[in-house]
Amino acid sequence: MKKYIDSGKKDTRSGFGAGLTELGKTHPNVVALCADLTGSLKMDDFKANHPERFFQVGIAEANMMGIAAGLTIGGKIPFTGTFANFSTGRVYDQIRQSIAYSHKNVKICASHAGLTLGEDGATHQILEDIGLMKMLPGMTVINTCDYNQTKAATIAIADHHGPVYLRFGRPKVANFTPENQSFEIGKAVQLQDGNDVTIIATGHLVWEALQAAETLNEQGISADVINIHTIKPLDAQAILKSVKKTGCVVTAEEHNYLGGLGESVARVLAQNNPTPQEIVATQDTFGESGTPEQLMEKYGLNATAITKAALKVMTRK
Amino acid sequence: MPDMQHLNDLVIQVRRDILRQVHKVNSGHPGGSLGCTEFFVALFQELMERKEGFNMDGKGEDIFFLSNGHISPVFYSVLARSGYFPVEELNTFRLLNSRLQGHPTTHEGLPGIRIASGSLGQGISVAIGAAHSKKLNNDSHHVYTLCGDGELQEGQNWEAIMYAAGNKVDNLIVTVDYNGQQIDGSTDNVLPLGNLKGKFEAFGWDVMEIEQGNNMEAIMNGMKTAKSKTGKGKPVCVLLHTVMGNGVDFMMHTHDWHGKAPNDEQLEIALSQNPVTLGDY
Ligand SMILES: Cc1ncc(C[n+]2csc(CCOP(=O)(O)OP(=O)(O)O)c2C)c(N)n1
Ligand SMILES: [Mg+2]
Repeated sequence: MKKYIDSGKKDTRSGFGAGLTELGKTHPNVVALCADLTGSLKMDDFKANHPERFFQVGIAEANMMGIAAGLTIGGKIPFTGTFANFSTGRVYDQIRQSIAYSHKNVKICASHAGLTLGEDGATHQILEDIGLMKMLPGMTVINTCDYNQTKAATIAIADHHGPVYLRFGRPKVANFTPENQSFEIGKAVQLQDGNDVTIIATGHLVWEALQAAETLNEQGISADVINIHTIKPLDAQAILKSVKKTGCVVTAEEHNYLGGLGESVARVLAQNNPTPQEIVATQDTFGESGTPEQLMEKYGLNATAITKAALKVMTRK
Repeated sequence: MPDMQHLNDLVIQVRRDILRQVHKVNSGHPGGSLGCTEFFVALFQELMERKEGFNMDGKGEDIFFLSNGHISPVFYSVLARSGYFPVEELNTFRLLNSRLQGHPTTHEGLPGIRIASGSLGQGISVAIGAAHSKKLNNDSHHVYTLCGDGELQEGQNWEAIMYAAGNKVDNLIVTVDYNGQQIDGSTDNVLPLGNLKGKFEAFGWDVMEIEQGNNMEAIMNGMKTAKSKTGKGKPVCVLLHTVMGNGVDFMMHTHDWHGKAPNDEQLEIALSQNPVTLGDY
């Protein structure tokens, strides 16, 4: 088994901020927009270094999406920053018409996604955003797992032409992927090689999947662990290759089971190689206030839940 | 005549509640809450005609919507101290399995809450609907709502503001927490609101200002005047000039405490500036 070491807990949103700072130096066409959440999105550095390329739009997300779409006309590469809820549900039609349908090169960068936003509660905890965004034709959907990967993804999407939804979070979590990694959009990352069960995870659940794999390993079960940072386009090849070995799969995400990674994987399997699958995700519910750990425990989104799902799905082979 | 001593005691007690709630969970929004404490106390203790208990439909009584849901600490404290639920429940603010969610919600069934808020900019629209409903029910009571000044940057407000005037929703009193602050800084620095009074007037509203939005008498008189303006074919807007963080010297006149809890030491200082009056929860 490969060993993954947490180099020190960091928030993924800071990875985004660091990536944006880099882009400020290397990509003169990158511009950033924020809707009164500059500090929360860690965009202060970019703002300080490039005040002329930073647009504070106030608490007006719909307007922000429209302005971002317009900025692309003339070759700018706009990165919008606000919470995931206000990056998607709040502004769906603006994204749909002015960005996705018009195929504009806007990078929608969304922090505080999912339950781990914590105490602010359900009004802010969107668990539907992956579904909303993946349904838009031409939209790339990325959910990164740690600081290093978020930084790499932020840099990578600047060179990808087309609309991107980049989803990350608020709390400090394990930082275990390589520093200065290259980030390939749409390419799954193989984290562990195993034969008994495939675990496909995205976002904050990737670290949990690795912990689950260790627990399973202690029980003599070898898990194939895949980090799917890009939910759309989905790396179907990697998924099919793995389940050919293992014959069963667990997907794990900080999202509703409707519309999330689990459903995307299920479609690939149903069309190509029907395989027993368990879905670790929220069960069509809103969230609530609590600490991130309490919420992940209550809603069954942690290593324990993944381990249980793995044991269950193996009996269904 | 209202018992001013009691109201002022309540204001201080509510400030304590706000501070203790956010301190306990090290999260939440004290700044806007403290700035609106006098307003909430006046509204729930004196200005609104309320029935005993809580009924979602609010028929035959004045009802209130909080659009800027992040100032839930003041809302919860005043609701509890106005009898909607036990004050001890303030202990559960933002905890797992609580009815006192970070932002107000109907989902957990907390008495006093009629709509979820937190995602900004939606309250005036809801209030308009409730005001329509009151008229359809031949209910002559009023609908009150409070929104933030930064919140007015959301376009939906202006759709609602245009609609309310165009449809003569004159049983509605919208109060704006005009503290000049939001998350990233002052409203002037983030996105200036310009001539807010003139904007509401241009949209067809009857607008008045309460210059001393943290003075109980000024609020009482101002809001009574606002009420007297209802029923005349125009929606009524009150620009309530408040001081964010009011009542705690180091939290005042800055956006720094918009969404930050005091640490142990800061709490102690803040509480010492607001000694117990009616008793802590
Ligand atoms: C739609 C939406 N966008 C962004 C936020 C994040 N947010 C919460 S409070 C706030 C600032 C609100 O300013 P204001 O209405 O003036 O309230 P105050 O800071 O004075 O309490 C922001 C941007 C939100 N809750 N909802
Ligand atoms: Mg304000």
